[in-house]
Amino acid sequence: MSDHDEHSGVSRRRVLECMTWAGTGVLWTISGGVPRSLGLVGSARAAEPAGLTFLQISDSHVGFDKPANPNAIGTLEEAIGKIKSMPVKPSFMIHTGDITHLSKAAEFDDAERIISQAKLDVHYVPGEHDFIDEEVKFYRERYGRGSKGAGWYSFDASGVHFIGLVNVVDLKAGGLGNLGAEQLEWLESDLKGRSKSTPIVVFAHIPLWAVYPTWGWGTEDGARALDYLKGFGSVTVLNGHIHQVMQKVEGNVTFHTARSTAFPQPAPGAAPSPGPMKVADDRLRGLLGIASIDFKPGNERLAIIDTPLQG
Amino acid sequence: MTLAMLRNVGIRLAIVAVMTSQISAARCEDSIITIDNFSFSPAQLTVKAGTTVTWKNQDDIPHTVVSAGKFKSKALDTDDSYSFTFTAAGDYTYFCSLHPHMTGTIKVE
Repeated sequence: MSDHDEHSGVSRRRVLECMTWAGTGVLWTISGGVPRSLGLVGSARAAEPAGLTFLQISDSHVGFDKPANPNAIGTLEEAIGKIKSMPVKPSFMIHTGDITHLSKAAEFDDAERIISQAKLDVHYVPGEHDFIDEEVKFYRERYGRGSKGAGWYSFDASGVHFIGLVNVVDLKAGGLGNLGAEQLEWLESDLKGRSKSTPIVVFAHIPLWAVYPTWGWGTEDGARALDYLKGFGSVTVLNGHIHQVMQKVEGNVTFHTARSTAFPQPAPGAAPSPGPMKVADDRLRGLLGIASIDFKPGNERLAIIDTPLQG
Repeated sequence: MTLAMLRNVGIRLAIVAVMTSQISAARCEDSIITIDNFSFSPAQLTVKAGTTVTWKNQDDIPHTVVSAGKFKSKALDTDDSYSFTFTAAGDYTYFCSLHPHMTGTIKVE
């Protein structure tokens, strides 16, 4: 491994020290109307899993078999295994896209077979890797039911309004992720008349905020979407795509990206490109892995404990 | 060296010269652009009309090659290639529709 990789590994570790993350998923709980990731530094105590608890997984890239992780199916299975073994069942799961690597029917089938073993409702949004079959139909056939346009939708759970957005279609040369006029219009009307005290959770594949535009890590018209969310007391934006944890709080909005279950990507600018980051075999599961949700018997509060898949 | 031998060498050289010119002519009709580290290389390329340009993806992530209204590849997995023959002069800008920050230009003369 090059020094460069080592360096990016160090900065990734530093990120992880500051933030709770989970290769398997991030457990979110709604406490007092404010969604928070269980186990965020200093927040575990406040985050009683009393109301709604849900899980986020992302970027499973089923079909990926390159050196960065020749067995992405295996690590997804491990992640789902962790979820299955959780003593308290979350209400549901969201998947923030790149379910498959190449949008092949067999990849979608494998993903479904594995993820369904968690026995949780899963709310999906597509990543760009889920729309590259020739007719662009496999994702929609499986997950597009009841959605609008390229697959956006909203739903309510325990008083929280969830909005799944699609920012991976109709991308413009030289640009970033893209929501488009039709979806923005829908979003505006979806939010219109809604009480400002309603907690909002927005999830989409590519980060809605400008994480690192040089690598395309941002959404061209994301700011317009956020404009419509102004005035709401609690807004949480959950994304994937960058295969690492990033968090930012801006006013009433908390932005968070989840890790991949398939392979790590470098920290912004820490490598020549955002391509899959090859690390030593014995480090892979440490990087993917696991901030697991640990329910200690007899302990009244839950916590995410940074547990690697291996080691 | 006899005159006959010299003539012989001369003929051989001539054959080599003909073969070489054929090879360079063939090269003139084919250009390769590689995709490495989320970039097209070379990103700017000038070719003569009639040239076939082949893009080869050497990344571990799929990419596409799309020029609005002109040409569009399927998603290219690692080591997949896509070729397009440019028959008309002009500037062709293109990009990867999955990673739109990846852009390139073909100038056809």
